[in-house]
Amino acid sequence: MKPFQYLRPKTIAEAISMAADYPEAQYIAGGTNLVDLMKRGIASPSKLIDINHLPLKKIEHRYDRLRIGALALNSDVAKNKSVLSRQPLLAQALLAGASGQLRNMATVGGNLLQRTRCSYFYDLALPCNKRKPGSGCGAEAGVNRTHAIFFAGNGFGGNEKSSCIAVHPSDMCVALTALDTEVVINGTSGERRVPFKDFHRLSTLQPELDTNLQPGELVTAIEVTDNAFAQHSHYLKVRDRASYAFALVSVAAALQMDGGRIWDARMALGGVAHKPWRYWAIDLMLRGQAPSEKLFREVAEHEMQSAKATTQNAFKIKLTSNAIVAALKAATGIS
Amino acid sequence: MDLDHDAIPPDVPDEDRRFFLKQSMFFAGLSMAPADFLQAALAPDDGPVGNAVKVKLSLTVNGKRRRISIDPRMTLLDLLRENMGLTGTKKGCDFGQCGACTVHVDGRRTLSCLTFAVMQHGAKVTTIEGLSDGEKLHPLQEAFIKHDGFQCGYCTPGQVMSGVACIREGHAGSADEVREYMSGNLCRCGAYPNIVDAILEVKKEGTKV
Ligand SMILES: Cc1cc2nc3c(=O)[nH]c(=O)nc-3n(C[C@H](O)[C@H](O)[C@H](O)COP(=O)(O)OP(=O)(O)OC[C@H]3O[C@@H](n4cnc5c(N)ncnc54)[C@H](O)[C@@H]3O)c2cc1C
Ligand code: SF4
Ligand code: FES
Ligand code: FES
Repeated sequence: MKPFQYLRPKTIAEAISMAADYPEAQYIAGGTNLVDLMKRGIASPSKLIDINHLPLKKIEHRYDRLRIGALALNSDVAKNKSVLSRQPLLAQALLAGASGQLRNMATVGGNLLQRTRCSYFYDLALPCNKRKPGSGCGAEAGVNRTHAIFFAGNGFGGNEKSSCIAVHPSDMCVALTALDTEVVINGTSGERRVPFKDFHRLSTLQPELDTNLQPGELVTAIEVTDNAFAQHSHYLKVRDRASYAFALVSVAAALQMDGGRIWDARMALGGVAHKPWRYWAIDLMLRGQAPSEKLFREVAEHEMQSAKATTQNAFKIKLTSNAIVAALKAATGIS
Repeated sequence: MDLDHDAIPPDVPDEDRRFFLKQSMFFAGLSMAPADFLQAALAPDDGPVGNAVKVKLSLTVNGKRRRISIDPRMTLLDLLRENMGLTGTKKGCDFGQCGACTVHVDGRRTLSCLTFAVMQHGAKVTTIEGLSDGEKLHPLQEAFIKHDGFQCGYCTPGQVMSGVACIREGHAGSADEVREYMSGNLCRCGAYPNIVDAILEVKKEGTKV
């Protein structure tokens, strides 16, 4: 591992100015992703800015939204009373991720910025456009069982120098994509807010960039707007073993129901694209309808029409379709 | 006050040297302050002092305050094992995937392989060596023996530290819940059913853990 200077700022302003002074610096929060990447030589900051002592741990409800500080631990968010009563989907997604120990370390900000788990990204001897732009994508003709099935535009393989078929690994981000979330960001020119759908990027053109966060910017909080989904939301995660594994596919479903009909519906899918994948049309398809397996099957197959398999992951198309149906059944309580 | 002037070795790159000087100037400024203020400046929450080669920090391990000087790249796991001789905590994967390195940091179960020791400056760490009361084993350690909760024993310190936390967190209500909340601890020998039994028994007996 490359030597680094350890810095421990106490205020947000101090942290941001340190990052601005040293372009090769990186923030560290829980360290559960960054320490791993540093040990392997994939990340090599020469200054490590430990942000754990900044006052960003608070979880509070204000006006019409729940504000969660960037340093709130995944385990604390998952058991927070306001989160459980107002946004149970978020708590479910967090508890489906990682392990008890990791959730005690991982922060909300770090979770947003965790890197892909594509095995070529982790192997310095193999090509990877995300790790080394222009080197090619090892996964495209290689082991890609866990890779993406949704792509921007015409799909993958357009340009071997810039393609990337990796998926975003977070569970929490799938729930946040289904809900109305904003990311609060601070930098040298003040505070800005980004709607969650615009925070992560598709892999088109610059797969080395996972998000639209600018160099040196600090995520300070996420804010989730109140909704009426608490009674009918469900996070379903399908993985290779029962627990402690990344998702092959996951579904975050949030519905509002009244009088046996669906009046509002949101859905996001995990493990299927370079960023958490929002199923935009679902509200139109479900609004005003009574829940039924037949309806849910149609809805699932509709979105899957635009899915495209790589060489080893055709099974994911059927799996995602089934997962959507199962999540909608669980959220609406039909058997 | 002549604070740590020797802590800046000759082979430190210029840039780091500048940063270090900035930091020590900050401390030099304090030399005119009253003695108790200086004391406060060295208190744990003031952050470790050093450069890219060596940092000085202090933390409490199994109830004992330790002051050390280490390479900032050292993980908490390596600090415990290599520097403090506390080899009860095991290195399985070194990448957060197995749970063998589980310790408690400020009361929370944590993977010591995925955190730099310097980040734990000021923290209270408990390892498997600090769990028993002298020769008297912790109730969960007793239960592991009774239920045959291990074979080779390599994963056991991590399992026990994680199991104690699992009970304290209130996540040992049923076998299913224990399996889910203990999933971060792998056991190559497959002692899982006996580990679950041991945890459930201690939980059921209601002994303070
Ligand atoms: C074995 C294993 C299994 C896992 N399984 C799952 C799983 O099933 N589901 C899942 O969702 N996740 C899983 N994870 C990933 C885990 O959730 C992430 O590693 C964690 O959320 C990262 O948070 P952190 O605080 O530790 O981030 P760090 O490692 O500290 O940082 C990660 C990145 O974020 C940047 N960063 C951190 N905070 C900020 C901020 N406030 N502003 C700007 N930049 C910031 C850092 O610079 C770094 O680049 C797993 C991890 C491991 C090791
Ligand atoms: S899928 Fe993306 S991360 Fe994986 S090898 Fe290809 S470019 Fe790299
Ligand atoms: S050694 Fe830390 S999790 Fe395996
Ligand atoms: S007892 Fe051998 S690995 Fe668990």
